[in-house]
Amino acid sequence: MNKQRFLWLCTLVAVFLMVGCSKKEATTEETATTTEQQATPIDQATVGEVSGKVTFSGDKPKLAVIHMDQDPVCVQKHQGEAVHVEDGEVNENGTLPNVFVYVKEGAEKYTFATPSEPVTLDQNGCMYKPHVLGIMAGQDLHIVSSDPTTHNIHPMPKDNREWNESQPPGAAPLDKKFARGEVVIPVKCNQHPWMRAYIGVTKNPFYAVTGSEGTFSIKGLPPGDYTIEAWTAIGGPNGQTQDQKVTVGPKETKSVDFAFKAS
Amino acid sequence: MGLAFFVVLVLITVISVYIFGAHIWWPPHAISTIGPSVDHQFNLTLILTGVIFVCAQLGLGYFAWKYRDRKDGRKATYSHGNNKLEAAWTIAAAVVFIGLNLLGYQIWAKMYFTPVPPDALQIQVQGQQFAYYFRYPGPDGKFGPTHVDKVDDATGNFFGLDRDHDPDSKDDIVTATLGIPVNRPIQLLLRSKDVGHSFYVRELRIHQDLVPGIEIPIHFTATETGRFEIVCTQLCGLGHYKMRAFLQVMTEEDYEKWLQGQVAAQ
Amino acid sequence: MAEAHAEAAHQHHAPTKFIWKYIFSLDHKVIGKQYYFLALFSVVVGMILSWLMRIHLGWEKAAIPGLSALSPNGAPGGVMTPEYYLSLMTLHGTIMVFFVLTTAPQSGFGNFFLPIQIGAEDMAFPRLNMLSFWTTFVGLLVLLATFFVADGPPLSGWTSYPPLSAVGSASGPGEGLGQTLWVISIAIFCVGSLLGAINFIATTLDLRTKGMKLMRLPLTCWAWFVTAVLGLLSFAVLFGACALLLLDRVGGTSFFIPGGLIVSDKIMPHSGGSPLLYQHLFWFFGHPEVYIAILPGMGVTSHIISCFARKPIFGYRAMAYSLMAIGFLSFTVWGHHMFLSGMSPYSAFSFSLFTMAIGVPSAIKTFNWLGTLWGGKIRFTSAMLFSIGFVSLFVTGGLSGIFLAQPQLDPMLHATYFVVAHFHMVMGVAAIFGMFAGTYFWFPKMFGRMMNETWGKVHFWTTFVGVYCIFMPMHFIGIEGAVRRYSTWTDNYLIPMIPVHRFMTVAALFTGAVQFIFLINVFWSMFKGEKATENPWEATSLEWSIPSPPPFDNFAGVHPVVYHGPYEYGVPGAEKDYVMQGSPEKIAAT
Repeated sequence: MNKQRFLWLCTLVAVFLMVGCSKKEATTEETATTTEQQATPIDQATVGEVSGKVTFSGDKPKLAVIHMDQDPVCVQKHQGEAVHVEDGEVNENGTLPNVFVYVKEGAEKYTFATPSEPVTLDQNGCMYKPHVLGIMAGQDLHIVSSDPTTHNIHPMPKDNREWNESQPPGAAPLDKKFARGEVVIPVKCNQHPWMRAYIGVTKNPFYAVTGSEGTFSIKGLPPGDYTIEAWTAIGGPNGQTQDQKVTVGPKETKSVDFAFKAS
Repeated sequence: MGLAFFVVLVLITVISVYIFGAHIWWPPHAISTIGPSVDHQFNLTLILTGVIFVCAQLGLGYFAWKYRDRKDGRKATYSHGNNKLEAAWTIAAAVVFIGLNLLGYQIWAKMYFTPVPPDALQIQVQGQQFAYYFRYPGPDGKFGPTHVDKVDDATGNFFGLDRDHDPDSKDDIVTATLGIPVNRPIQLLLRSKDVGHSFYVRELRIHQDLVPGIEIPIHFTATETGRFEIVCTQLCGLGHYKMRAFLQVMTEEDYEKWLQGQVAAQ
Repeated sequence: MAEAHAEAAHQHHAPTKFIWKYIFSLDHKVIGKQYYFLALFSVVVGMILSWLMRIHLGWEKAAIPGLSALSPNGAPGGVMTPEYYLSLMTLHGTIMVFFVLTTAPQSGFGNFFLPIQIGAEDMAFPRLNMLSFWTTFVGLLVLLATFFVADGPPLSGWTSYPPLSAVGSASGPGEGLGQTLWVISIAIFCVGSLLGAINFIATTLDLRTKGMKLMRLPLTCWAWFVTAVLGLLSFAVLFGACALLLLDRVGGTSFFIPGGLIVSDKIMPHSGGSPLLYQHLFWFFGHPEVYIAILPGMGVTSHIISCFARKPIFGYRAMAYSLMAIGFLSFTVWGHHMFLSGMSPYSAFSFSLFTMAIGVPSAIKTFNWLGTLWGGKIRFTSAMLFSIGFVSLFVTGGLSGIFLAQPQLDPMLHATYFVVAHFHMVMGVAAIFGMFAGTYFWFPKMFGRMMNETWGKVHFWTTFVGVYCIFMPMHFIGIEGAVRRYSTWTDNYLIPMIPVHRFMTVAALFTGAVQFIFLINVFWSMFKGEKATENPWEATSLEWSIPSPPPFDNFAGVHPVVYHGPYEYGVPGAEKDYVMQGSPEKIAAT
């Protein structure tokens, strides 16, 4: 009799432990790298630079008008001006903005200090500003909302933890980190489905985003062989990438250009 | 104590009846052909249940007061019941409840079992977290096929159309507002992209869930122009409260103008 | 009969060690109390959740102190995010429906009093009984664990419809581990309920003492018996639904998820499933479940009204048969939750017909309660106040059901606050009143002491007026189209209703605060209340023929014999104004 009850007791305790342990699993996997890594000393006297241009050839994609009808707050912010889709935008001079360029290989032997200043992502007029941004793993992403309507920020990573949080009007900024490098993480607002941002998370500070001139410049590179990758959203849901190898000598500026087509 | 019951129940009854009767909060004016019959059935139900409510609550309060223990030594009226009375109110309840429902069945039949008029305007409604998008077939009257792998919200391709390769998709019009002409039968084809949603326009008295995996047709005719809210009533996630679109009922000319404007924005 | 008793007596002996006496006890009275206190704890948690919800609904920017400590992501700075509101709402519903309304009325009072009222020494399967409680307890722990999971508790409502609840974190916060734990918790709860149901049915059928014919059972026993049958048949189906949902979530199956879904830009790999299948399975359980929540309350109300009106219940047989009719019909109506779900519109005819039909036995019961009061000699004890209150609330709640049973009115009322008003009136208030009435009535027997009657009356009047203030306005805004499960009011036609929400919030906070009078009364009286006699209410059923509190084996080895029906009050020519069930005193007709 007593033995039987004792066995039931053990079973119940085992269930408690299982529940308890699975709970802990969820909470321990989060902690992003916040500790200052020991930066490898780099001799600033020898660093070089990689710069270049990203061009687009072929028919310019027709950019649809974004309908913000469902949320009058969004419409109001644009004061009657039509807002166009950003993915597929081509500059006047045939270059591409919003291309994320970074050092994919060649910098693994160095460790870099995580910058203490945050990178800011703003939600303004129901659009993300900037559309594409770069950040280092472990660096603070400071998310603010300039809109008097609720947004939710939903990054959809493959290698990092997925999260999804609302920011009602007047709410405090969110501060988040990504623990692992990943190029790129799309960010979506489910409340305003047209909103899209892309975050390139790198392990090194060697990245840049092209602007209205379609050019980029990555400075501070120690001499060595590198693979530079450029990512653009044009070409479908996952975008396109192109790689190029380059060797940077001491104090050299190397030019690396990329040319993309529609797909 | 019994008197307290009576007083409280009278107050509850009077206040409730007043609020219902004075239409302090009331459904908005109906703007569809099915609206008046739905409202009629609602009012009939309200009156019937109102009468039962008043009688039951006041009866309860009155009995609680009248049959209180007056400490006069007498016993309660000993009785195990009255079969005739049981039978009477059972039959009365059955007749009233079931009869009320049977009366209203024709309205349900009108909503779901009458065929769609052949000249009805077909519009696809797609719900997703957390917005509605609408697709018009365009001049060719056909909806082009949708491709799951072509869906890209960021470029406005909510339905996953391949306009380059599917001829039927070339003239499809995707909008964020449901524009319809007044006094014309409309057939909505409801579908969902991700989870369960619902389509509800109070003024139309039209309400239907959007079920993933199924395309559900409903039809109606709007009888007045105006701008009305379409709200989601099926819990679909954190943005459920904000998921809405606008129904714009317009005259035929205004509708044509609006549609052309939408074409230009594709 | 005698053999069954001998066996029950041999099944266990009075324990002495603390752990076997109070923790893993086999005594139905201890288990009944354990369930009762589990429900009491759960109702306080559920009530606090409702306060948090209501504050947010009235004042969306309100910063609630301490909330950010519980969930820094869900309530930064104490201001609830929309997703956290939905999580709290999900847990509110789940805790209240399962851990309060399905435990206290049935497993709490039923466990304590069913064996005694039928003259038995314990339930048929005491070990199964102990197991069912601890299973339920583990289920509660797993559910509460979702508060502390990284992504938060699930936000898909107590109904947890797929695909929202099936595709994982893509569909929203809380839909990861939180939702999985929720499904596991409910599955565990199902097991506990099934074990309990088997026990109740076997006990009622097999352990009745000599003379306790079925038609002499107190109506509480009838209610517990029918409820147990409902539980046995419906929880099995819910368990199935939970198993399939869990498999969809973690096992890569597609029972409920069709193909071609894109959730938050991710193409779902599933195909071939049906969200409607889940709804059918869930509501096939869900509708009997709400009757599981209310039938014991109806039984208690009949029991108490008869006692304190000093009159037999009007139409005992009709009352017993209507309990059975409600029970049977409850399995035929589930589609009325799904009129607009996309299921065949033809089925609406059948579901609504049966739903209207189920209103008939409910009406019979109401008429019979009124008939019992008529010509009575009413004693307004706290228990009686709550029972009369039950009748008023059940009328109100039941009448809104007349609207909702009609599919043609569903387009206007589905998923509005009218529905919220309806189910809160019947479950959230009437059923709770049944529990209050049961507490005030049976407390002396359970704890050997009297509760404070004055504070009981204060508790009743403040609560009765309070709940009408909270839930009556929901009917009004519901017919104007206020949508349920909204965390914030942003639509144009909803913003003008915010003052009504604020009124309801104030009423809710006030009524909630008043419940502490009840809690203090319960705990203070347990230790300091006036000692109770054997039969303080001059009631007739068997529990009032034994000491307060009862000895370990209830009847101290004596097998009671029953001579009459359970409600012989006001018998003409009798010595007192009542004749106990176990008393051999003769009555003209039984």
